Amino acid sequence: MKTTAFLAAALLAGTAIGASAETLRWARAGDSLTLDPHAQNEGPTHTLSHQMYEPLIIRDMTGEFEPALATDWAPSEDDPNVWVFNLRQGVTFHDGADFTAEDVVFSINRAKSENSNMKELLNSIVEVRAVDDHTVEFVTDGPNPILPSNLTNLFMMDKDWAEANDSVDVQEVEAGEKTFASSNSNGTGPYKLVSREPDVKTVLTLNEDYWGRDEFPLDVTEIVYTPIQNAATRVAALLSGEVDFIQDVPVQDINRVAESDGLVVKTAPQNRTIFFGMNMGADDIENDNVEGENPLADARVRRAMNLAINRDAIKQVVMRGQSEPAGIIAPPFVNGWTEEMDQTSTDIEAGKALMEEAGYGDGFSIQLDCPNDRYVNDEAICQSVVGMLAQIGVNVNLDAKPKAQHFPLITNGETDFYMLGWGVPTYDSEYIFNFLVHTRGSDRGSWNGTGYSNPEIDEKIVSLASETDLDKRDATIQEIWDEVQEETLYLPIHHQVLNWGMSEKVGTEVSPEDDPKFKFFTMN
Amino acid sequence: MLAYIIRRVFQSALVLLVVGLVAFSMFSFVGDPIDNMLGQERTQADVERLRQTLGLDQPFVVQYWRFLEQAAQGNFGQSYRQGRPVAEIFLERLPATLELAFVSGLMALIGGISLGIFTAIRRRGTAANLIMTASLIGVSLPTFLIGILLIYLFSVELGWLPSFGRGEVTRVGGWTTGFLTTSGIKALILPSITLGLYQMTLIMRLVRTEMLEVLRMDYIRFARARGIREKSVNFHHALKNTLVPVITITGLQLGSIIAFAIITETVFQWPGVGLLFINAVQFVDIPVMAAYLMMISVMFVGINLIVDMLYFAIDPRLRVDRTAGGH
Repeated sequence: MKTTAFLAAALLAGTAIGASAETLRWARAGDSLTLDPHAQNEGPTHTLSHQMYEPLIIRDMTGEFEPALATDWAPSEDDPNVWVFNLRQGVTFHDGADFTAEDVVFSINRAKSENSNMKELLNSIVEVRAVDDHTVEFVTDGPNPILPSNLTNLFMMDKDWAEANDSVDVQEVEAGEKTFASSNSNGTGPYKLVSREPDVKTVLTLNEDYWGRDEFPLDVTEIVYTPIQNAATRVAALLSGEVDFIQDVPVQDINRVAESDGLVVKTAPQNRTIFFGMNMGADDIENDNVEGENPLADARVRRAMNLAINRDAIKQVVMRGQSEPAGIIAPPFVNGWTEEMDQTSTDIEAGKALMEEAGYGDGFSIQLDCPNDRYVNDEAICQSVVGMLAQIGVNVNLDAKPKAQHFPLITNGETDFYMLGWGVPTYDSEYIFNFLVHTRGSDRGSWNGTGYSNPEIDEKIVSLASETDLDKRDATIQEIWDEVQEETLYLPIHHQVLNWGMSEKVGTEVSPEDDPKFKFFTMN
Repeated sequence: MLAYIIRRVFQSALVLLVVGLVAFSMFSFVGDPIDNMLGQERTQADVERLRQTLGLDQPFVVQYWRFLEQAAQGNFGQSYRQGRPVAEIFLERLPATLELAFVSGLMALIGGISLGIFTAIRRRGTAANLIMTASLIGVSLPTFLIGILLIYLFSVELGWLPSFGRGEVTRVGGWTTGFLTTSGIKALILPSITLGLYQMTLIMRLVRTEMLEVLRMDYIRFARARGIREKSVNFHHALKNTLVPVITITGLQLGSIIAFAIITETVFQWPGVGLLFINAVQFVDIPVMAAYLMMISVMFVGINLIVDMLYFAIDPRLRVDRTAGGH
């Protein structure tokens, strides 16, 4: 897969030589929040940074690892707690300075500092040291087999540039601080910043000295990025040819765009699964009509609810075919996902029988909290689930709110039944377990609103971080998933699907993280 | 006179304070900015720390007082979303909104008055009836729908005008203008129509009614009887007397053009303060929301204050000292 991609890229690069300048006009709903690469851990922000800055390891458009500023990496043979990275030689920053090990040490320490929004991904790193100009060692607090996957959005800055421009500290977004690095950039990436007006327009131009000049297509020589918030306007801009590429085509407009001359829609599963969580931990819950006990604490009730949800109907009716019904809360790219666990089934009669068995044959009523501006058709999904659960006697009162009000309910434990979507940037199940399965505590389980707490499982989750025997680690992951599925900890709905709309001349695959990296794009 | 003005100014300040207080107390229902500001990997400790840094753990009265204290010194705080001073962002965004408001106001005024006169003079003509019927669209269709329809027709189908943004802008000092480039002027057309259509139909109907009223007056009949040219009667004698209420309404509508630009700006991705406000609401960017609401209320209160004073100048009855007066 990867070699063919490389081959195609090489061929296209060959034909592109001598081609005239190609401008790509790109629009999506939101803008990057800051140019400081360590200040925000957020999708659109990283996407823009990826054009100008580079991490040590990058994910290509299919989500596979690819060397970027590091050429190879491996755990040290002498010490299992150390990862050794060999850096690419002959790389320069946009201002002409050489990229060396010193810059890596500086960048990692910067990303670990107090104001950084990336520091949680680097928790396990104790020390970073430069062995020589092009070798770096990462010392972790125990063996960490998945360290590389935490580094794919961790951008490298030039130490001297940051020092010269008073940007050694990460921009303190909360305090409204504005630094040189938050409005200027100096990376090693394929594109250089020309101008930027936040929320209005950002222009980038090709970096002629880019190290990968011959390795990647680099057909796009100029990028004009305009956020267009209103979905109808965004689609209109694509239809009228004012932009060449939009990242979020609303499901109702997909056919319209696809049928237009010169436009195509490309679809791929996104790295995000939508599911419902249930408060099973409490003795009694607030928002139901059962006194003195918690119906959700009974696994049979949860299983019955799981059986009542018709995911294919949601896909057909609510999502207009734009989703992948899910039986597990991990997207298919994630290590630990199996096709078997992702199977779904609907059986109303079996659901009713389980409800009867659990002593809720007459049903009960409960409130469902749902966001209305976060996921694709989120409120409509909740509405359809209300009808489905009524079939087994669970009467759901739907309360849909904007995301800014919805998410605090989950993190503060104020909801008993809620919708959540989860993406897995590390592509590993451990990430899901840490946030959604582990007992809620100071370090882990911050998004676990279910109240589920199992010391045995917690122990297994913690052990994943330092298990170097990958087969053994995978076995533990499977054990945890078995427990999660058996307990019906969550009710999975579907994996979201991405729809990119673009002019025919733009050639790209749809990346599961919704982050186009324009150096891989071809233009005909 | 002085006492009257002082009283009015005092009342205005009070209104501003109350508006601010109500607005500020509502922010606690808009949601929690913390979740938007920190990524999904944040820990509980991060949340607590940030809440304290921002002062969000304080009761809203305390937050409001802090806001007033700072605002009085010209400091509206920092945007949570953009991490820049709110005042700076507003200065950057205001030209876009003001230019849009100016063009649509001008269009509404010129279009409204000329169509109003036309429909009044030719009130039985087919064209006038057509215009009157069409004007119902301007009054009854919601702005966002008009915007989308215009985009569909002129951008997607005909491809004449851009569907979003301001086009090429030129920087003149601290001001950015779209008047100096072709693409900038083209970009202004659709949003201005969308924003100004309602005002235009309003002015048109007002002028028509006033004009019909005036045309029935005796002095117009006498003018006609004296053989004065029809054109002169209509535009010289009649029009002048219809304009007084039009000017009052226009003044008041100017405020709402700026305030209600929110929807037009969202539809056309017009980089003005209205779009900024919508973004702020979605992100729970409290400093930006507060500053915007204060700006709009200062504007409305200011316009009302000026109108009050104009009345004072125009209407001699107000000038009579009430204590000394009698009937």
